[in-house]
Amino acid sequence: MREVIFFALIVVAGTSGELCVSRAMKETGEVHDFRPLAILKVVLRAMRVKWTWIGVGLMTIGFFSLLGILSFENVSLVVPVTALSYVVGALGGRFFLGERVNRRRLLGIALVCVGVTLVVLGKR
Amino acid sequence: MESHKRLHLKTFLMIGIMVLAGPLGNVLLGKGMKTIGPVTATSPADVLHLLARVLTTGYIWMGIASLLTFFLAYMLVLSWADYSFVQPSSAFSYVVVATLSVVLLGEVVSPLRWLGIAIICLGVFVVGRTRPSTTENR
Repeated sequence: MREVIFFALIVVAGTSGELCVSRAMKETGEVHDFRPLAILKVVLRAMRVKWTWIGVGLMTIGFFSLLGILSFENVSLVVPVTALSYVVGALGGRFFLGERVNRRRLLGIALVCVGVTLVVLGKR
Repeated sequence: MESHKRLHLKTFLMIGIMVLAGPLGNVLLGKGMKTIGPVTATSPADVLHLLARVLTTGYIWMGIASLLTFFLAYMLVLSWADYSFVQPSSAFSYVVVATLSVVLLGEVVSPLRWLGIAIICLGVFVVGRTRPSTTENR
């Protein structure tokens, strides 16, 4: 049960955090100038968007949950299972960012789910 | 022609760093957390004590440094190479993390788990071969 909670936090909080940062960056605007000063200006602009802070907070929860589960579970189980973030990412991309998720991407996500199931079943 | 070759070399070097540094970072975090032991924080004081132990564990900092190296290589390679090329290449990192877990941490990976990891790699590869942007025509 403890594992399920940690995995849920890593996958849901981590991916939601990335989605929030993605939304914040879309609001900030596309980056065209990659000179250090221009990048610094973009970062400062992004810091004024509330989604950046929500995203960073959620990603922090995800990171500490990863540390938590690594204290008692094998890395060779934890990291492959976190690939479930592709599923949460696709759902979030579809419903939160309004992206289209095509058949090929759905096939990839289905393969990830099958793989994660085998990784969990292969626990010994 | 020469600059084309150099760009290829630079891209594969960066992807090589990504595929090694990301998994190595996770393995080092795992090693660090195993030295701390199972997390059982029940009070705010316990949480603070745990946080202090995490932040004073060398392996954790090495892990964070390795993950930052991964992130830097990822950002750099994305500045000249296509996301749709870089992302599928990084799918291979799931095999690397399992291999490093076996070699560096002595974990035992069952054949079924190896099969699962291979299918995850394939899935991530397929996801990465889709178009990176789907909303530009709306």
